[in-house]
Order: sequence, then structure tokens, then C-alpha cells
Amino acid sequence: MNLAADVLTITAVSAGAFFFLAGTVGLLRFPDTLTRLHALTKADTLGLGLVVLGLLPRAPSPTGALKLVSIWLLVLLAGATVSQLIARAARREAA
Amino acid sequence: MTPLQALDAGVVALVLAVAVWTIAAREAVAAVVGFVVYGLLLALVWLRLGAPDVALTEAAIGGGLSGVLLLGAAGRLRAAGTTAGQEPGIVLRLVAVALSVTVAAGIAASVMRLPDPAPTLAPAAAANAAATGLGNPVTNVLMAFRAMDTMLEKVVLLLALVGVWSLAPDRLWGGRPGPRHRADPQGALAFLARLLAPVGIVVGVYIFWVGADHPGGAFQGGTILAAMWLLVMMAGLTDAPPVGRRWLRLVLLSGPAVFLVVGLGGLGLGAAFLAYPAAWAKPLILAIEIAMTLTIAVTLGLLMAGVPERSARE
Repeated sequence: MNLAADVLTITAVSAGAFFFLAGTVGLLRFPDTLTRLHALTKADTLGLGLVVLGLLPRAPSPTGALKLVSIWLLVLLAGATVSQLIARAARREAA
Repeated sequence: MTPLQALDAGVVALVLAVAVWTIAAREAVAAVVGFVVYGLLLALVWLRLGAPDVALTEAAIGGGLSGVLLLGAAGRLRAAGTTAGQEPGIVLRLVAVALSVTVAAGIAASVMRLPDPAPTLAPAAAANAAATGLGNPVTNVLMAFRAMDTMLEKVVLLLALVGVWSLAPDRLWGGRPGPRHRADPQGALAFLARLLAPVGIVVGVYIFWVGADHPGGAFQGGTILAAMWLLVMMAGLTDAPPVGRRWLRLVLLSGPAVFLVVGLGGLGLGAAFLAYPAAWAKPLILAIEIAMTLTIAVTLGLLMAGVPERSARE
């Protein structure tokens, strides 16, 4: 059981870190605002989701786990809204 | 080098690099973004130093609030269009560099010359922690042992707000701050404001409440409440109140006023200014903290809302 939790933590957090790395590379390398946003939101949503998933078995209590999940949900909400707003501003500027 | 030491070294290198980048950035907006990143990295440094209370404040004030204030200033500067003639000359720049280097060298010299171990009152504060019934030593110091500093800090906030208001032309004195925000009521921003504000208010009150025993407190909680208020105003769901309203002035004064009344009460009971009677320490501190959280939230929100630009009737 302990081993399974450790394996889950290591796999999920590493996968999350990979998505953050990929998102950062995309942010630096992609040619325009919309594609950069695409790369960035991948890191936010999937990367952070995987990190939170990996940390869940380490949470000291069920409320601690709930806090981790709500942090992820809040980042999802903020990330989705902010990328919408930036994309709209970018399109208005281009038009 | 252990992995944690490598992490610390990496964060320190990043902080220094971002600091240099912020100073070297040519565009005001880029410099502000650098400053926000710098504040968030500093919050990480405070966490690694074992000071989560300072880290929370740094992230909220240094990263968030100052960043938004500076972004607004940068936007106005760009709209006003600074011309080449207004840029500081080489002499002024050199003087600024010399002053900054002198101050930095002075601070570095005094830190290097501190006796080892550095003089501290931490053991004395920890030994008397039980007197107030608070579990968080930082809140203990802020509210009991150095309460005078905390009270004056709130007065300084009020003075800052008066300074911002005083930029308003006479005919708009007491009017509504900032432009009227118009956003699509069905749009993403309005959606976020409707969904996030209730959650944010709960989080803000929670952070204020756990400040008694865990990292958190009036300032951090108040900042979150102010951010939620601003979000709702920016989404156009509500308008900024005219700054001349009596209820607004009362809320702004409530924090320092409750603090002063309790402080003078301590003096009247024969102890000292801001000395809490032992049996009443916890409820009194709680009352002050509630009033302070309200004051901080409204003051910070109005600081960001800016100078009165519209008459109260609009």
C-alpha cells in the first residue's frame, strides 16, 4: 500500500513537472499570443492537476487533501478566465 | 550539496537575476511584470526561511497589490506619453545609482557586523506567549508585544489613501474613484467575479481567522477580501462607492479607532497604553482584528480603485 502510494506520487509529480517544462518551452518558443496561451494553460491545468494528484496520498488529513483539490480547481478557474481575457485582448489588438 | 541546498541556491540566483532584469527592463510594463515575479520568488525565499506569515504578506502585497498599483501607473504613463525630453539625464541617473549603491552597501555592512548570535527578543516572546491565548507567535508579537507598530501601520495606510484622494480636483472631492468599469455581463470576467467572489470571501475570512493559531491574519485576509471587491468592481457588477459616504469613512476609521479605544482603556485601567487585561486579552484582540480586517480590505480596495474621477451623483 505504502509502495503503491510512493509510486503514484513519483509518477504523477514527475509527469506534472514534465507538463510544466513542456508548457514553459512552448511559452518561450511558440510564435504568437494564442499558441503561447495554449501552451501555458496546458501547464496550469494538466501539470498542476498531476502534481496535486501525486500529493494527495501525502496529505496529512482528508481536509488537507480537500484543500489541495480546491487549490487546483481555483487555478483551473483563474487560468481559464485569464486566458480567455488575454486571447480576447490579443484578437482586438490584431483586428 | 543536498537537493534542498541546490534548490535554495537556484532560488537565490533567480531572485538576483529577476532583480537585475527588472532594473534593466526598458519598458515600464515589463519592469512591473519583473517586479511581480520578484515578489513571488521572495515569498518562496521567506517560506524556505521558515517564515510563512511573511511569505503570505509578500505574495499578497509585494507581488499582488504593489504589482497592480504599478501596472495602473505604467498604463497612465503610457497614455500620457512621456517624451524624450522628460527622461532623466545622465547626471541624474548617476546620482540615483550612487545613492542606491550607498544604501545597499550600508545595509550589507550593518548586516555583516551584527554580533553572532544576533540580538533577539524571540525567546522572551515565546516564553510569554501563553499570556494572550494566541497560538501563532507572529500574531502574538503583532497584536500584543508590538501592538503600537501594528496600530501605526494602519494609520499609515489611511494616510496613503488620503494622499491618493488628494490628487482629485476640488469639484470631484468625495466622488467615485476610478473610471466606471463596463464589462460584458455574460462574459468571462463577470462569470469569474460571480463564481470566485463568494469563494474568495470565505478564504479571506478563513485566513484572518486561522491567524490566531496558524500563519495568516488580518493583513493577509484583508488583502484577499480587497481583491474580491476589486474583481466584482472590475467586472462591472458593482460600482465603487463615492469616497465621501459616511459609512465608508466609518469603516476606514474602525480599525485604528477600536485599536486606540482598547489602548486607552489599558491606560485607564492603570496598566499601560495597549496593555490588555489578562482575562480579556483574547476577545479584545479578536475585536481589534475584526475591525482591522475590515479597514484593511476597504483601504486596499480604495487605494487600487484610485483617485475620485466622477461626481458622487453619477
